[in-house]
Amino acid sequence: MLRWLIGGGREPQGLAEKSPLQTIGEEQSRNPYTELLVLKAHHDIVRFLVQLDGYRFASAGDDGIVVVWNAQTGEKLLELNGHTQKITAIITFPSLESCEEKNQLILTASADRTVIVWDCDTGRQVQRVSCFQSTVKCLTVLQSLEVWLSGGNDLGVWNRKLDLLCKTSHISDTGISALVEIPNNSVAAAVGKELIIFRLVAPTEGSLEWNITEVKRLLDHQDNILSLININDVSFVTGSHVGELIIWDVLDWTVQAYERNFWDPSPQLDVQQEIKLCQKPNDVSIHHFSCAEENVFAAVGRGLYVYNLQMKRVIACQKTAHDSNVLHIAKLPNRQLISCSEDGSVRIWELREKQQLVAEPVPTGFFNMWGFGKVNKQASQPVKKEQENATSCSLELIGDLIGHSSSVEMFLYFEDHGLVSCSADHLIIVWKNGERESGLRSLKLFQKLEENGDLYRAA
Amino acid sequence: MISAPDVVAFTKEDEYEEEPYNEPSLPEEYSVPLFPFANQGTNPWSKLSGAKFSRDFILISEFSEQVGPQPLLTIPNDTKVFGTFDLNYFSLRIMSVDYQASFVGHPPGSAYPKLNFVEDSKVVLGDSKEGAFAYVHHLTLYDLEARGFVRPFCMAYISADQHKIMQQFQELSAEFSKASECLKSGNRKAFAGELEKKLKDLDYTRTVLHTETEIQKKANDKGFYSSQAIEKANELASVEKSIIEHQDLLKQIRSYPHRKVKGSDLCPGEMEHTQDQADHASTTSNPDGSADSDSYTCRPAYTPKLIKAKSTKCFDKKLKTLEELCDTEYFTQTLGQLSHIEHMFRGDLCYLLTSQIDRALLKQQHITNFLFEDFVEVDDRMVEKQDSVPSQPSQDRLPSRSLEECPIPKVLISVGSYKSSVESVLIKMDQELRDEEYKEVEVTESSSFEPQENLDYLDMDMKGSLSSGESIEVLGTEKSTALLSKSDSQASLTVPLSPQVVRSKAVSHRTISEDSIEVLSTCPSEALIPDDFKASYPSAINEEESYAENEGAIHFQVSLSPLELGEVQEGGLENTPPQIDSSCCIVKESNGQLVPLPTPAHTHADEYGVVSIAPQRYRQKDQGFRVDFAVENINPSQDNSCEAFPAYELDPSHLLASRDVSKTSLDNYSDTTSYVSSVASTSSDRTPSSAHPVSLSSERHKKKAGQNALKFIRQYPFAHPAIYSLLSGRTLVVLGEDETIVRKLVTALSIFVPNYGHYAKPVKHWVSSPLHIMDFQKWKLIGLQRVASPGSAGTLHALSRYSRYTSILDLDNKTLRCPLYRGMLVPRLADHRTQIKRGSTYYLHVQSMLTQLCSKAFLYTFCHHLHLPAHDRETEEVVASRQLSFLKLNLGLVNEDIRVVQYLSELLKLYYMQESPGTSNPMLRFDYVPSFLYKI
Repeated sequence: MLRWLIGGGREPQGLAEKSPLQTIGEEQSRNPYTELLVLKAHHDIVRFLVQLDGYRFASAGDDGIVVVWNAQTGEKLLELNGHTQKITAIITFPSLESCEEKNQLILTASADRTVIVWDCDTGRQVQRVSCFQSTVKCLTVLQSLEVWLSGGNDLGVWNRKLDLLCKTSHISDTGISALVEIPNNSVAAAVGKELIIFRLVAPTEGSLEWNITEVKRLLDHQDNILSLININDVSFVTGSHVGELIIWDVLDWTVQAYERNFWDPSPQLDVQQEIKLCQKPNDVSIHHFSCAEENVFAAVGRGLYVYNLQMKRVIACQKTAHDSNVLHIAKLPNRQLISCSEDGSVRIWELREKQQLVAEPVPTGFFNMWGFGKVNKQASQPVKKEQENATSCSLELIGDLIGHSSSVEMFLYFEDHGLVSCSADHLIIVWKNGERESGLRSLKLFQKLEENGDLYRAA
Repeated sequence: MISAPDVVAFTKEDEYEEEPYNEPSLPEEYSVPLFPFANQGTNPWSKLSGAKFSRDFILISEFSEQVGPQPLLTIPNDTKVFGTFDLNYFSLRIMSVDYQASFVGHPPGSAYPKLNFVEDSKVVLGDSKEGAFAYVHHLTLYDLEARGFVRPFCMAYISADQHKIMQQFQELSAEFSKASECLKSGNRKAFAGELEKKLKDLDYTRTVLHTETEIQKKANDKGFYSSQAIEKANELASVEKSIIEHQDLLKQIRSYPHRKVKGSDLCPGEMEHTQDQADHASTTSNPDGSADSDSYTCRPAYTPKLIKAKSTKCFDKKLKTLEELCDTEYFTQTLGQLSHIEHMFRGDLCYLLTSQIDRALLKQQHITNFLFEDFVEVDDRMVEKQDSVPSQPSQDRLPSRSLEECPIPKVLISVGSYKSSVESVLIKMDQELRDEEYKEVEVTESSSFEPQENLDYLDMDMKGSLSSGESIEVLGTEKSTALLSKSDSQASLTVPLSPQVVRSKAVSHRTISEDSIEVLSTCPSEALIPDDFKASYPSAINEEESYAENEGAIHFQVSLSPLELGEVQEGGLENTPPQIDSSCCIVKESNGQLVPLPTPAHTHADEYGVVSIAPQRYRQKDQGFRVDFAVENINPSQDNSCEAFPAYELDPSHLLASRDVSKTSLDNYSDTTSYVSSVASTSSDRTPSSAHPVSLSSERHKKKAGQNALKFIRQYPFAHPAIYSLLSGRTLVVLGEDETIVRKLVTALSIFVPNYGHYAKPVKHWVSSPLHIMDFQKWKLIGLQRVASPGSAGTLHALSRYSRYTSILDLDNKTLRCPLYRGMLVPRLADHRTQIKRGSTYYLHVQSMLTQLCSKAFLYTFCHHLHLPAHDRETEEVVASRQLSFLKLNLGLVNEDIRVVQYLSELLKLYYMQESPGTSNPMLRFDYVPSFLYKI
């Protein structure tokens, strides 16, 4: 609540002092979202949204309940009560081809050290496991092996019936913060600043036992790994607290590319070190990735960066895209990039080919301010010369969605129903294209008229 | 929304009225009309000149077997109301006219006394001496101690306006029937209880006598009976007989046809009682004797008394009061109903009729009227009423007919064949007869229907009639055409009969048909004089109203809706005017423009001054208003509506006080009429509106709101964009320090806020906490507290953060921040140079403008091709451009006006599609448009 008061209060037109934060006026002709629906069912921070199918999604958060919604009507379909503490991870559990039951299942892990499987069609609690030693912080499903993994202080492997197949020994007290599946029945787990590769051994003729073994530890990151996602078949990417972006090969786990100078203004190493020590680490921490084609979109601090895999460099950036940390970004099919932030806003960007480069003026004496460790909103940093020249695209702000009164944790995009955002203000907002909704309503209206037999056509 | 009563505001009286804005409402002692009798001479258009009472009231009288006719109570129970009016005398009059000639007695062929379940009779009666006209509703209640077990009562609605009684006969009858039904069911319950007690007494007496006889027998077993013993035996025998008689009575009272009771619309509590009774009836009819004991147990323990022989009649005994006769609960319910009736028919006839027309038209707009109407009434109840009150006839008719039936306001006059058919109220067992008669009536009705005459009704009425002295004429009694031939009834009108003859005739008819109706009328000559003024000074309506309202403005009682529209039928048109004229040609001087056309046949009837305007059942219309939801059908329906809405098509220029405005809006206004028709529903549940108690506070509220809105418009040059914000669904935040000022303005502006559905307007009068996104979804008009303390920073922050969703009206700094408005609609709606001075007038003006807007939104919403492609190959762009051109060219909307209609259209769609109205708030729609800051 407070955060946006500090950050968001300065945002509306003309009210803010000089800030490089790009703002857009009230006239947003390309912003299609002209209708919103506020959904209220949670009574604590809503952290997770997961899409169930074309029109449904589930939300979960610190109040421990999971709510299933209809994105079209905003109707609350189900409320799943079972966890006693906040939910730490949620994932859909794809139903198997062989399985008779076609109901949509989801898995939720909670700080009460349980994992529950829910049936999202009936609201039934299918199964519940409560034999965890620690809070499960991440979940992943290996579809090919029909197992799912739970990552806490150790890594457990479970089958669909929720039998524990095998688990690793205690890995670390901080626990696994992120998990991704990589080929050869392997998973990459982020544990603190380490990236650990585990390989899962399925039962064969020789041994009926499942087994999971640690294959490799990668120690290239200098600080805690915050984000970890798959890019494509050949690589995955990790981002750390201090702004290191590393692209790894999925097969041999070698570093393919290393980008760590999002905020490095100068080539001098000592200055850079100093800055890194003094500046607020949050400002460069990589919170989230999204990728599309050959681009990786990174939410770095308050900025957005587009990293091109082919060129192996940042091709576009918006250094202060938001007033506060960007928490989630996603690339939409229509070339739009959407970001949400702790400042309570959701912004819509468009990636454009840039015709000519415009260098931002570099304020003098700027770095000294950093040296004093001031938290400064005027965080515009000149990009390195070569990088600037290389930036061939630009991110243009085409609209912002203001509705939440607190940090927007996550959002979800529905092709047909618009954007769903969840926030620390306990609300979920569905943003819709008003024009299209109006058309849909008309369609429904005439359908209903026809059903009632009230529709007559001219003879 | 239909603002016909606006006519009132456009009268001369308006000019004398001082401006209401600059001063608080008058203290009560000044605004109440002066002493009712003092101003009789001073107020030439007062209709009450002849009457000795200040306004209409209801009188309940009894024909007491001890003291004769006597008044019991009046509603309102206030001596000011009836003043010097002689209630005793009038009771005598109304009770002597007719009370039910039904007795309990030993009819031939029956061994036991029989209870007659008599229908109430309804009579219209006039008394020249008192200047009073009354609808009189006779009913009988049962009392075990009364002679013949019956106590005749009557309820009378007394008014100085004869036409009011005549025109509203249907409504009065329906409403009074309800009251009477309530009384009677309470009475049946009480009577049954009384009988049970009596039976216990008798039973006890029998036991005592029996023992005594036994003792006597034992005492002298000589083989012969002493005279004493014989006497005892006789006594015992008579007790036995009495028991059987009473049991029979009990059975009769319990076997009262419950169907009837259920059919009529009773108060909810009553339903249970009825059910109870039904249960009782079924148990008592059980052959085994347990039933009786059952019914005893449910009463509090009653200790039986010994009944002395030959103690039967004693006239010095105190008779039961009405409250005792009926159950107290029922009695209070009835009183409630009666005071409801009193409220309902308060005011001038013309006012009542217009508001009825209003409501009938509103009914037809049921798709759009939720947007701006204040809805107090519950729709379901009306539907129920529709089903119940006209009971059998409507059910028996073909469904197609009932689909077409439509309460088109008809104000017609029937003089030719003055059938006072009250089928809708009477409940009868033999249905066949019913139907026949019904059809006949219908035939005559439809054949003689002539809408063109409607507007004349007032004039025709005005001629009134004139009678010599205080004689009572019975003008027509009949049950149906089947019983009384037409020529017969004609004769009773045309041939100058002496009152006695007519009287006896009436009685004789009555014995044949228990449910006949007499229309009686005696007209004092004085009563006619003010009629002239009725036309030229319609504002006289206010005089009566102001009695309760303290202010002489128009009162637009929306919630006051009589069940059926009074439709008085126009009989043979050629003959009717002469008939009237002939009866009132003596007063011809007063209305010169009316040409008397006396026909020879009637001239000799003059001195009797017979006038009969027979109330008719409301018409089952052939010209239905069924309009289909397609653009193509609008044209035919337009024609239809134009001729069928004569009463509604008032001169539009009356609607707007400002001359120039009225000119521009004339076209639009006539448009509205046609739109109205297109808003007709497709469902068959269009019912005549029903009556609900009016809340005077809401009246006052509207007036105040209108006045403050007017003030706002004059005071703030940026009123237009603010109102545009409200109409287009953009939340308007009224920011201010002073709660009362903010609240006042919010109330005023709320008249512009469209509703989501039939529930409270999305208006929040006063908030002091920071606003939230939910608030904008929920509320469209918010009064927000400005706090000087630093703690309020959050409030202002929230406001600036959500500025995209809001327009902010700062009352302290006199600024408005909102999008630009360049349309044509709001300037007409809120012209700061308007000549309208009264709040209520302005309110009506706004309502009529909004009705027009609603019809535009309706058209836009329900035109298929505007939203969906006409064929597969059409692209969305084509549809969009068609949409735009429709809005601009066909609806004549300019710039931002389009947004208003679009917003209303979305609300209409949502409302239409809603399965259960009122469950959820609609989504928040907004535009990305820049705001501007307006200053004074």
